[in-house]
Amino acid sequence: MKHLPIFPSLRGGRSSQRSNLMASLKLIRVIALSMTMVLLTSCSPVDLNAPMPAYETGVDPDAWVEIPEGEFFYGQFNEVEFTPAFEIMVTDVTTTQYADYLNAALEDETLKVDEKSVLGFYPGDPFHGIKHELNIEAGDWEYIPLADPSQRIKFDGSTFSAQKGYEDHPMTSVTWFGAWGYCQFIEAELPTEIQWEKAARGTDGRPFPWGWEIARENANFYSSRDPFEDMSSFGSRTTPIGFYNGNNYDGYQTIDSVSPFGLYDMAGNVWQWIGDVQFQEGFSDRLMRGGSKDTYDMDLRVWVRNSAPPMYFSPGVGFRCAR
Amino acid sequence: MQFIKTRFKYLFNSTKGLILVAIAMIAMVTAVWGMLSGPMAEMGVREIVIKALGMDIVQAEREGRIIILYHSIAMAVVAIETYMVTGLLKMKAFFKTAVNLLITVGYILTMTFGMGFAYFGHNWAFHGLYITGLSLIFFAGVLLCVALWPWDKDHYTTSTEHARTKSGFDLERAAFFTTAVTTVLSSLFGAVPGSYYGHGFETFLAENIIRLPHKSVMEYSVIGHLHIMLALIGIMITLIIGRWLNFKGILHKIAMPLMILGCIVLNLGVWGVVTPLEPVAHMIIYVGATPSMFAALLLLIWDWGKLIKDGTAHLTKPTFLQKLGAIVHDPLKFGPTWQMLFMNFTTSGIGIFMAIRLDEVFRLWPAREERIELTGHWHALSAIIATIILMYYGDMLGLKGKVRQLYGWSIIFLSDLALGAVTVFEMKRLVISEAEQQPLVNLLMYMIDFGLGFLLVLLAIVMVWRLTDLFKPKGRWTEEATQELAQEVAK
Repeated sequence: MKHLPIFPSLRGGRSSQRSNLMASLKLIRVIALSMTMVLLTSCSPVDLNAPMPAYETGVDPDAWVEIPEGEFFYGQFNEVEFTPAFEIMVTDVTTTQYADYLNAALEDETLKVDEKSVLGFYPGDPFHGIKHELNIEAGDWEYIPLADPSQRIKFDGSTFSAQKGYEDHPMTSVTWFGAWGYCQFIEAELPTEIQWEKAARGTDGRPFPWGWEIARENANFYSSRDPFEDMSSFGSRTTPIGFYNGNNYDGYQTIDSVSPFGLYDMAGNVWQWIGDVQFQEGFSDRLMRGGSKDTYDMDLRVWVRNSAPPMYFSPGVGFRCAR
Repeated sequence: MQFIKTRFKYLFNSTKGLILVAIAMIAMVTAVWGMLSGPMAEMGVREIVIKALGMDIVQAEREGRIIILYHSIAMAVVAIETYMVTGLLKMKAFFKTAVNLLITVGYILTMTFGMGFAYFGHNWAFHGLYITGLSLIFFAGVLLCVALWPWDKDHYTTSTEHARTKSGFDLERAAFFTTAVTTVLSSLFGAVPGSYYGHGFETFLAENIIRLPHKSVMEYSVIGHLHIMLALIGIMITLIIGRWLNFKGILHKIAMPLMILGCIVLNLGVWGVVTPLEPVAHMIIYVGATPSMFAALLLLIWDWGKLIKDGTAHLTKPTFLQKLGAIVHDPLKFGPTWQMLFMNFTTSGIGIFMAIRLDEVFRLWPAREERIELTGHWHALSAIIATIILMYYGDMLGLKGKVRQLYGWSIIFLSDLALGAVTVFEMKRLVISEAEQQPLVNLLMYMIDFGLGFLLVLLAIVMVWRLTDLFKPKGRWTEEATQELAQEVAK
């Protein structure tokens, strides 16, 4: 049987073997060099502060909406659940809102700041000692990391401010503790899972806040081609709150994707922290809902869960409050 | 009419023809449904495919659709393995015919009507035929167990080079039998919760509930089922490759009892997840997996030793490079065991690493990251099994010379490139932050797309070649119609 010259000949003479071997080594070197080049290119640093478009969406981040009491279809298989009436924020908490909170809380001395983090008190979780369960004890926990390069809150030693361009984007890189602390501060709570889903879905069992199907112009999800993303470099970025409101932004036409109760961004943009603690005994993760700029459209379905430990933070996770 | 009759007879009445049909069916499904996710979805191809084929995609039914898709492909793979078993092992002609007939009708019904039901509106007659297909496959499995019955004196062996007892009880056949029996039993482990969740389509994907500390018996059963079925398909292909290569000698005598032991313990561990043994079930699974994987390692050692021995027989004192050259000389003989070794990087290694560092590393990441690792590692294992089948199929085709080299090395290179990239993608959070990952993700996606894309192109070329061959009056198919795998076992 003949074989390709990449492998040393078994039956040829020594010189033939040597030349074949040399050819093989040369080919291997070329492949290795090419792979290294590609690898180096791929590992080139990402500009996390690359310029981004600035669009005014006209949606008020301070607005709240009342969700009436009553039954609704909950979960993928439409179980009927009931909630009393409650209010929920129309949009995610913005970076500006969170900076304002930090400044107020700093003045109140309810938060501590060190070089790397903003810390705040959390009274702790019940602990059952179940396998994989984290023991979240009462004490100071990280609300937001300051040293993280994707943090959009800046601290000059005395004042917190939103990074320019991100003022009306959802607050991200915030732990569950930080989200919980914000909602407590404004005398609200993180929404429970049931509250969140009712606010997102309304009462007709739809899979997305705006209806039954999803298009790229409905929400900010992975590779949805919005004006803020560049998949060849930094990837997907957040869009300003309420961006998908039917407006046209320099030729980019969005679809009005408001939920039945008038909420924006209940699918895509950022995962939203949920308030339930230990919704199953021994489950120390915190739930997240809504999908994000970094996930495929299937994760934007209203019943899809994600979860992470409460100290987790990410440029793709934010929150809103309910009361 | 004679034209169709002879081709039909080849395709559905010969081992090689049956394998060709099943590979073609899998290739078509993979090519079309591969366009519904990942980069193809990002590029907008998914929408075009959905519209062009008139698919009816209901958002709430995604999990159920995917489960039917997995079953459709898996049943065709199980059929291929069954054809290989009936073609390689001695059994009564009636059993061979009956098993092949049942499983062929079964997987074609499963695939055709399952996919029809899942993706093209809910025609309930289709669903009935899908279940009928699965039932026929189950019955074919039962018959295969009867056909393989190792205590039948007719199947005792006189070979002193193969694992057996003093009385001639064939331990390799017993290993095939054990795998077949446990596969049939473990399919019930999925069928029962399948019926439970299928009623009303309230189903789920295991990777989405993995973190919940409290799972129902049915949920444990589904998780156990999918793990054990893939493991058993892996064990069966290892046995098949061993038979094809004529694994023998002392390593065979050690490996076969280990295969039997490992297979039984592994199954007991998995079934144990729905019993009070649940807290220690994982430990039992590890205990069972170890001998099975060690047996596969013995096959690899034997195979590579044989390749060296055969390839350097003409040399008095071969050098290291010459030995290495002998190992890689024939990619279709080297490839299957190499892929088994590579599997330790993409699947076993990742699994062990995750188990060891679960609380310190992986459970600190969001559940969606863990989902990527979970789905990635078993997709990689499935793909590796598929490449091993394709390499055996290449040998069955009688590929020679440069075509054999090109075919074999393309499968190895392309699949390992793609699956290696998948593995790095799964573990990327260890080396790069979420905010900075995009260029690395892009590179890995290019590697995955390049690898899997060209692998499918290669498969398409083979399928087109086989299709054109069928139109020739004296094509390769005429030879294959009478050939049997047992006759082609290595000497």
